[in-house]
Amino acid sequence: MDYANLLAWITSAVTFGTVIMLGSIGETINQKAGGLNLGTPGIMMLGGMASLTGAFLYETRAANPNAFMGVLISIVSTIVICGLAGFIYALLTVTLRANQNVTGLSLTILGTGAANFLGGSLMKLSGGVGQINVPITSRAIRASIPFLSEKLGFLSETIFKFGWFVYVTVILAITADLFLNKTSVGLNLRAVGENPATADAAGINVTRYKYLSFIAGGAIAGLGGMFYVMDYTKGTWANDSIIEALGWLAVALVIFTTWKPRNSIWGAYLFGLCYWLFLYVPSGINAVLLKLMKIDRSTYLQNLYQMIPYLVTVIVLIFVSKKKKRENQAPGALGVSYFREER
Amino acid sequence: MENYAVELKNITKTFGPVVANKNACLNIRHHEILALLGENGSGKTTIMNMLAGIYYPDSGEIYVDGKLVSIKDPKDAFDLGIGMIHQHFKLIDVFTAVENIVLGLEDKEKKNIRYAEKKAREICDRYGFDLDLNMKVHEMNVSQKQTLEIVKTLYRGAEILILDEPTTVLTPQETEKLFNVLRNMREDGKAIVIITHKLHEVLEISDRVTILRKGETIGTVNTAETTAQQLTEMMVGEKIELNIQRDLVEHREKRLEVKNVTVINQEGKKVVNDVTFDLYSGEVLGIAGISGCGQKELLEAIMGLQKCEEGGSIIYNSTAHGVHQLVGLTTKEIIGFGLHLAFVPEDRLGMGLVGNMGMTDNVMLKRYRKGSGPFLHRQQPQATAAKIKDELDVKTPDLEYPVRKLSGGNVQKVLVGREINNKPTVLMTAYATRGLDINTSYAIYNLLNEQKKKGVAVIYVGEDLDVLLGLSDRILVLCEGRVNGILDGRTTTKDEVGLLMTHRKGA
Repeated sequence: MDYANLLAWITSAVTFGTVIMLGSIGETINQKAGGLNLGTPGIMMLGGMASLTGAFLYETRAANPNAFMGVLISIVSTIVICGLAGFIYALLTVTLRANQNVTGLSLTILGTGAANFLGGSLMKLSGGVGQINVPITSRAIRASIPFLSEKLGFLSETIFKFGWFVYVTVILAITADLFLNKTSVGLNLRAVGENPATADAAGINVTRYKYLSFIAGGAIAGLGGMFYVMDYTKGTWANDSIIEALGWLAVALVIFTTWKPRNSIWGAYLFGLCYWLFLYVPSGINAVLLKLMKIDRSTYLQNLYQMIPYLVTVIVLIFVSKKKKRENQAPGALGVSYFREER
Repeated sequence: MENYAVELKNITKTFGPVVANKNACLNIRHHEILALLGENGSGKTTIMNMLAGIYYPDSGEIYVDGKLVSIKDPKDAFDLGIGMIHQHFKLIDVFTAVENIVLGLEDKEKKNIRYAEKKAREICDRYGFDLDLNMKVHEMNVSQKQTLEIVKTLYRGAEILILDEPTTVLTPQETEKLFNVLRNMREDGKAIVIITHKLHEVLEISDRVTILRKGETIGTVNTAETTAQQLTEMMVGEKIELNIQRDLVEHREKRLEVKNVTVINQEGKKVVNDVTFDLYSGEVLGIAGISGCGQKELLEAIMGLQKCEEGGSIIYNSTAHGVHQLVGLTTKEIIGFGLHLAFVPEDRLGMGLVGNMGMTDNVMLKRYRKGSGPFLHRQQPQATAAKIKDELDVKTPDLEYPVRKLSGGNVQKVLVGREINNKPTVLMTAYATRGLDINTSYAIYNLLNEQKKKGVAVIYVGEDLDVLLGLSDRILVLCEGRVNGILDGRTTTKDEVGLLMTHRKGA
């Protein structure tokens, strides 16, 4: 594989990795507060759609759309819509004590469906000719950082060539990690996920912590969808639900990182590399594999390659549960609704 | 009027149709240890939970230092200086001691970890606690966890401490240590409430006793002016005999010969280590030991639920079934020989019963193979369930009512009743009276003794040493999975057993 190819591979991996990382930061915050939110993939779809709709309405209605407002509106609409989705999840699982798995899965189905449906509507709105497009906002989000991306030679070419949002995401991962592990609010949040009865007895408002965590988790995960739409598809919409696929990878990544956002920084890029592996495997190896497995279509092979992240997650799970280190296990009360007066 | 630390007036609390407390009254003083005595289900934990803000009373008034207060959640309770140490510790396993201490605090200074560590150490030194503040909770033993709970409560500025059944999980030596600390705290002016159903502890530690029965306050007496007999009568509401009938069965034969049994758990630790003992028909063999030192695994090994390591042997001998080597047989075959295990886990439901099923179905679980054809025959199990219900006085609306919804004592009656009903030759019970009230406990001891008189070999694993000493013909003491001694139940003392439980011979 030559240098250009390698660089291209890393570039695609970082783009998808950023989407996955955002999803997994949000999901980690959910899970640390005891909510196994399987709605995350759907929330990310909604995030993508919300950002696109917001930016689209702004760019088509405003007399003189500017980039800053576009980005702001796109981010705010994502946070509002996905926070709302997180709120619905909290309302159902915390207040109404619905089953978390069922609630989450329906949220994913709802989010995916709604986003794809609205994708069609948006095209109608744009006049039905070709693709909808938000060039100004999209370009602003893809913008790379001045100086760093220009004047540092090799570093600019490799590490600092990406859009600024990629670095914001890394900072977000570090912040989330520090928040969870080094602040008293984070300590309380983890307590809620480990053992809500204990947290309650310690004077922590379990309901409030869960609501806020689920809302914040949803909003952060939603930004993943926004980044996908604005960066990867450059401000357009395709009804292929790739965001949802990346959302499931984000859920897997939470386990892979053993619930530590700092690990998601390299984990997400690794997942990104695995995702795109099929494009960059030297054709010689592919040919040998095809022959060995007696299959004749190379697209089948692609599907096999795309299983790798999940496979890695399974292996990590086995490894982690074998080691039995308590600190690496899922939060104690993950997936369980809490009701104080239950006897 | 005297100013009490806490005064509860006419407290009523219901859970759906169940009345937990009805017009209950009690008061607590500083410089005093108050024992709250009552049988299980008498509402003693519930009323204290209302003081700690876990539950909210339906009606009634709470006064703290003479002022009417409303305690809506645990935070309100802290603010009033009320701290409760629950029976199931409210600690986060993966956090360190000091992280648990600062949990949920909002005060800027107090929630600082370094500050908390310093202050907590001061508290430990002052009252004589022994605690490593940077240890993770899951690495601690029960006594350490309890210590942490108390330190945590004191750190939060509690002046009124409530301890819910603090000694159930402790060895006699640890209990003594706890009581000394409690006395130190009393000297310091704290108001202390201990919830318990153990009479001898009440008499040993408390200054006054308030007795609850069926959610109502029966009365308050000064400890110095009362006797165990009087307290029992107030607690139960009728005169009952506190002696366990322990007869000596003359004709005994060897039923089980356990030799060199070793069980290794998943972590590779020898939880049962080279255990050898004999079990005779017509005797109760008590097994004593601190929790988690191999009792459960040993019983499971006999039932074929745990794998015995190479070299172990369990010979079973009965006139009805002949002589058999049990190692290597399946649990189903072992049950077929008449060996029965009734294990009551801490959460009472985990093993043995299916919570969502009614009594009939739970009885059927052990006998459905006896039917023929693909359909279940429900008449016979139903009759058995009805019999258990009558004989043991199980309080259930009907036989199909999910056992999960019954109170703990009733769940245990169903479990033990079912095993006895299967006409065992060897009956093994573990913690059969865990958390049961006096009446029911004695009913179960009597059942076990009846079985013994019928020639059944009975193994009784228990926590309460007084009961073990009163019930067992012989007592086997386990320590770290090894047999640390087999004592005569009629002549040994509590201290002797307690010492063997904690100190391994030759170690």
